[in-house]
Amino acid sequence: MHELSIAQSVVEIASRHAGGRRVTRIYLKVGHLRQVVPSALAFSFELVSQGTPVEAAELDLEEVPAAGMCRVCGAESRLESFPLRCAACGGLDIELTSGEELYVESLELEEHPQETGS
Amino acid sequence: MHRTAVKKVVLEGVLDANDALAQANRQKFDEAGTYVVNMMSSPGAGKTSLLEHTLERMRRKLRLGVLEGDVQTTLDADRLARFHVPLVQVNTDPGFGGECHLDANMVRSGLPELPLSEIDALIIENVGNLVCPAEFKVGEDARVMVYAITEGEDKPLKYPLMFRSADLVLVNKMDLLEHLDFDLEQFLGYLDAVNPGVGRIFTSARTGRGLDEWCSWLENRAARARAVQ
Ligand SMILES: [Zn+2]
Repeated sequence: MHELSIAQSVVEIASRHAGGRRVTRIYLKVGHLRQVVPSALAFSFELVSQGTPVEAAELDLEEVPAAGMCRVCGAESRLESFPLRCAACGGLDIELTSGEELYVESLELEEHPQETGS
Repeated sequence: MHRTAVKKVVLEGVLDANDALAQANRQKFDEAGTYVVNMMSSPGAGKTSLLEHTLERMRRKLRLGVLEGDVQTTLDADRLARFHVPLVQVNTDPGFGGECHLDANMVRSGLPELPLSEIDALIIENVGNLVCPAEFKVGEDARVMVYAITEGEDKPLKYPLMFRSADLVLVNKMDLLEHLDFDLEQFLGYLDAVNPGVGRIFTSARTGRGLDEWCSWLENRAARARAVQ
C-alpha cells in the first residue's frame, strides 16, 4: 500500500513547514496517473498523523486529471485511459502535461493573534 | 483565545526526499562503475528463479551483486547464497505488517555491506508488488519487470504506473503458454498501450528460453555503463 508511505511523507513535510504551529488543513495535489486511492490515503493519514503537529488536520486531496500535448500535431488532449492517445489525430506520441503530480501545495496553519499581522 | 488561520504555500513533492536519496545512491553507483537494475514483479512471478539462473550463467562473465529486498521470506537470500556473490538482505520495516516496497533509504542502508567497486552489475530484488515499488526510485539505472503469463493479460491496464516505468519486461513462465488460457497478443497489445515499444524478452527459468538474451542485455548494459565511467 503506497498510500501509507505517501501519508508518512505528507505528515513529515507538513510538520516541517508548520514550524511548531498546529496544522488545520493540508492541500495535496495528486495526478490521476499516480494510482493513489483517496480513501486509502485518508485512512493512512489518520493513522500516521497521530501524535504529530498534523494530527486532526483536514487532508484536502485534489485529483488532477491526465492531459498531454501531441508531439505530432500539437493538440492538447485530456487523457482518460490507456493508450494515451491524441484526441485530434489519434497519435500515440504524447507529452504529458499533467496527471503525474504528487505534492503538498499548501498548508493552513493556526496562528496566535500576536503572531499575525507581521 | 482567538486564533486565526494562515495559509502557507509549500509546493514540495511528496517523493522529493526519496528522490534526493535515490540520486545520492545513484552517484555512489556511478562512481563505482556499478550498473544497477531494480527488479520488480508481483509475488510469485518467478523473480528469484530467474535471478538464480542469471547468477549461474553470468558469474564468470560479470561480477554480479544482489541486494535482496523481498520481505516475504529470507528463503530468497538463502537460495542465492550458494552462488558466492556479494549479497545483502535489506529487511524492510515490519511496521504495519511489512513494507510493500524498497525505498532509497532502505537501499542506502544496505550499501556499506556491498563492495561496489568490485561489482559490475547490482541486481536489486524489490518486494513483489505491482503498485508500490513503481513510485520509489532507489538509484537504479534500469527497471526490469518480471511478469508471469499466469497473471493474465490485463494487468498492464490495471497497474499502468508499474508497467509504464519499466525499461524491460521479462515475460516469464513461457513454458506454460500451451497450458494456459493466455492470449499473448492481447497482453502485448495492452503492454504497448501503456508503455509503447518497451523492450521485452520471453523467458522461462524451466526451459532456459530467453535467458541468453536477458543475460546479454545485462552484460551489454553493464559494459556500456563501465565505458562511460
Ligand atoms: Zn495529434
